[in-house]
Amino acid sequence: MATRKQDPSLVVIQLSGGNDYLNTIVPYNDGEYYDYRPTVNIDQDSVLPIDDNYGFNSNMAPIKELYDQGKVAVINGIGYPNPNRSHFRSMDIWHTAEPNDVATEGWLGRATRDIDPTGENVLTAVNFGRGLPRALGVRGVPVASVGNLETYGLFPDLKDSTLRKYALEAFAKMYGGERGKDPVMDFLGQTGMDALKGADLLRTALDKYSSNVEYAADPIAQSLNDVAKVMFADLGTRIFYTQQGSYDTHSGELTTHAKLIGEVSTGVADFYDDLKEHERENDTVIVMFSEFGRRIKDNGSGTDHGSGGVAFVIGGSVKGGMYGEYPSLKAENQLEGDLQFNNDFRSTYSTVLDKWLHLDAAPIVNGQFEQFDFIANGTNGSNGK
Amino acid sequence: MSTAELELMSHLMRRAGFGATRAELDDLTARGYENVVEDLLNPGEPNNLPDDIIRRFHADQHELRQLDSAGGYWVYRMATTDNPLEEKITLFWHGLFATGYSKLNQARTHLNQIRMFRRFGLGSFRDLLVELSKDPAMIIWLDNDNNHKTAINENYGRELLELFSMGIGNYTEQDVKECARAFTGWTLKNVEYMSQRAMKDSIWPYGRISWHFEYRDEDHDYGEKTFLGETGNFNGEDVIDIISRQDATARFVCTRLFQYFAADEVEDDAGPVIEHMMRSYFDSGYEIRSVLRTLFNSDYFKSDTARFARVKGPVELVMGAVRQAGICREPVLNISEVASQAFYMGQGLLQPPTVEGWHEGVEWIDSGALVERVNFVARALGDIDNPGVQSMIDHLAAMDGGVLSAEEFVDGCLDLLGPIHVPDDTRATLVEIASKDGDLDLSSRTPGDESEQRVGNMLRLAASTRAYQMA
Repeated sequence: MATRKQDPSLVVIQLSGGNDYLNTIVPYNDGEYYDYRPTVNIDQDSVLPIDDNYGFNSNMAPIKELYDQGKVAVINGIGYPNPNRSHFRSMDIWHTAEPNDVATEGWLGRATRDIDPTGENVLTAVNFGRGLPRALGVRGVPVASVGNLETYGLFPDLKDSTLRKYALEAFAKMYGGERGKDPVMDFLGQTGMDALKGADLLRTALDKYSSNVEYAADPIAQSLNDVAKVMFADLGTRIFYTQQGSYDTHSGELTTHAKLIGEVSTGVADFYDDLKEHERENDTVIVMFSEFGRRIKDNGSGTDHGSGGVAFVIGGSVKGGMYGEYPSLKAENQLEGDLQFNNDFRSTYSTVLDKWLHLDAAPIVNGQFEQFDFIANGTNGSNGK
Repeated sequence: MSTAELELMSHLMRRAGFGATRAELDDLTARGYENVVEDLLNPGEPNNLPDDIIRRFHADQHELRQLDSAGGYWVYRMATTDNPLEEKITLFWHGLFATGYSKLNQARTHLNQIRMFRRFGLGSFRDLLVELSKDPAMIIWLDNDNNHKTAINENYGRELLELFSMGIGNYTEQDVKECARAFTGWTLKNVEYMSQRAMKDSIWPYGRISWHFEYRDEDHDYGEKTFLGETGNFNGEDVIDIISRQDATARFVCTRLFQYFAADEVEDDAGPVIEHMMRSYFDSGYEIRSVLRTLFNSDYFKSDTARFARVKGPVELVMGAVRQAGICREPVLNISEVASQAFYMGQGLLQPPTVEGWHEGVEWIDSGALVERVNFVARALGDIDNPGVQSMIDHLAAMDGGVLSAEEFVDGCLDLLGPIHVPDDTRATLVEIASKDGDLDLSSRTPGDESEQRVGNMLRLAASTRAYQMA
C-alpha cells in the first residue's frame, strides 16, 4: 500500500482555451462521433483503447501508460449547470467555484488561507507562469508567482554586494512602512514584502535540485520542471499551479490539439518519474482541467465552444479508472449541440479538498457536493493513516 | 509657472502619454493645459525614429514577421513619438480588441492592425468597428474566415457584442447568431495562394505578403435578420450602426476609457463624468476624440482624487521609465528585450493572453510581476550613463550651487521622477541613506564620479518606491 511521507500537495494544470473532450477521450466505437466529426476526428485505429468504447487520443501514450498502472482517474462529463460558453466567464467559474454570481475569491486562494491562516509562509501556494490566475487570488493571501525561477529576486543586477544590501534594506523599510491610508498602497506594500521573503527562499530551490529526468523544452514541461524544483526544496509549498494553452481550436484543430495534448502528456509523465525518483509520487496529486469541452459537430477545420468536458486526477495515491459517465452523443441527449455534463466540477474539487488536502470543502466550493472515490484508501489522512 | 500647474501637466502626460521629462514638462506647462489637450487630441507629425534608420540596424525589422521584432518596432515608436496619445490610445484598443500573435503567426498582419488603431483610434467608434471587422488579423483571430452562409461561426459575432462594444447582459444568444450571420462573407483574400506561400517559406527574397480583407458576396447570408429588436436584411455595417447607437455601447466604451485614462476603480463620484462622456459620444457622432476631451478637461480628471489613482500597466511603466531615462531614442541592440520586459510583467505587446485582453488595475500586481517592475525601473533610472539620468544630474547640479543637503537631495530626486509623493516614512528612509555620505556635492563633478554615482543610487531607490508604480 502506498504510504505518504510528506504533507499532501496538489499540482493543478489548467488547459486554457477549452480542451476538446471528444478528441481527448475518444468514443471510438460510436458511429455518431464520426458522423458529427467528419473531418476533426481521431482515427479509430490510432486510439489507445481504455475499453471497447473509449480510448485516449493517440498523442497521450505517456498518460495512457500511467492509466494502465492505475494512477489516472478520468472524470467524464464534468461541468456545471447552465454552462457558459465564454472562455473568460467559464474560466472564472472554475476559478471561483461559483457558477451563478460573479465572484472574486479563488478556490485555491481559499484553500491556501485554510492551510496557512496567518499567511506565515509566502510560498504555501506558488504559481508558475506570468500573472496570477484568479483561482489563487484572495486579497491578503500571499501567493508567489514565478515567471522565471532562475532570476527571481530584487535588484539582481547590482553587482556591488554592499549596495545591494542597502537597496534591499531600504526596499523592506519602504514597502513595510505606512499602512492604512490607501488600500492599493497597502496592497503594493504587502506584495513587496511577500516578494522579498519568497525570493530569499526560492533561491535555495535551484541549488538543491538534482534529477535524472530530462524534461522537454516546451513551456509546460519547463513549468513542471520548475514545480519539481520548488517541491523538492521542501519550502512548505502545498499548492502548485501552472497552465498550458491555447486549446481554443476553432480551426486547424487536429494539428494544434495533437501538439498541445502530446506535450502536456509527456510533461506530466516526466514529472511523475521525477516524483518517483524523489519518493514523492504518493504525496502528490495532479489535477488537470479545462474551462469547457467543445461542440459535438465540427465546423470543417475545428470546433466551437461547448459545455461538458473531461478532467484528470493523477498520482500514486489516486485510484485510477473511469469516473462519471461518458455523455451520450445522441441528438435527443445533447444540450444545444453540446455534451451534457453529469457531474459538477465542485464534486471533484470537494474530493480533492476533503479527502486529499483534509480541508473543509463546503465553504471553499460554496456548497456540499457528492464526492468521488478516486483517492485511494490508506493514503489519505494528515497522519498518513 | 506654479508647482501646481507643473504637477497637473505631469498628471496629464502620464495618462495621455508615457510621462514626460522635466524639460518637456516645462515647455508643455508654458503652452497651457487646454492647448496641450488639443495638441494631444489632434496629432501632427509623429517624428518617431524613421524606418530607414531602424532597418539599417535591425535586418529583422524589414519584414517584421517575428513577434520580438514587431514588439521592438512598436517600442521605438512609443519611445520617440511626438504624439504620445496616439500610441496610448492604440495600446488601449489593442487591449480592448485583443488579438494575439499565437494564432496569427504573422506579425506584419498584426502590426497592420496596430497601424489601423493609430489611424482610427481617436475618430468615430462606428468607423473603428467597421475597420475592425475588416481587419485580417481579427478575422483570423476570431475565425470569421470560417463564418459561412451555410455554417456560421459565432466567435466574432459573440465577442463583438460581449467584449468589444456592449458587454454581457445586453443582448441574447439569438442576437449573437444574427450578428454572426450579418458578418458571413467578411473574410480573407487569396487564401489558397497565401497558404501555398506559408508552406514554402523559403521563397526569398520576396518573403510573405500580408493577409488582406475580402468581401465574398456569394458567401454572405442576405436573409432577414432580427438584431437587438430591429429587423431587416442586415449586413455587417448595419449591425455596427445598431450597436453604435446603443446606450449600453456608449456606457461600455466610456467606462473603459475612464478606467484606462482616469482611475482604475469607478467610484460613485465617477458617475457624472461618465455620463458627460456618454453625451459627448452621442453629440459628436461617436467620436472618441470628443469623449476624451470631455474627460481630460473635467474637474474630476484634474482633481486630487484622480491623481495616482491608477496602477501603471506594464507597457506604461516600461515606456515611462524608458522616456524618462532617455533610452531607445536611437537604435539599440536589445530593443526586443525592452518589449519582453513588459511581457515578463504580464503585458506582452501583440500577445494578450486571451481575446478579453489584460486584467488591469491592482490585478497587474502580484509578487512576481512586482519584482520585474521594480527591477526594470531601478535599472533604467539608476544608470547614470543614460541620457535622461544625466539630465536629472544636471538639474540637481544647478540647484543651490550644486551642494545639496540629504533632504534637498532626496526631494530633488522625487521631484524629477514625477513629481511623485511618498509617505513620510519612505522619505525618512531615503534621507537616512542619503545622510550616510553627508551633503551631495555636485559642484566639481566629473562624468561618472562618486557624486554622480550617488545620484544614480538615489534615483534607483526613489524609482523603486510604491509611489512610482502608480500613474
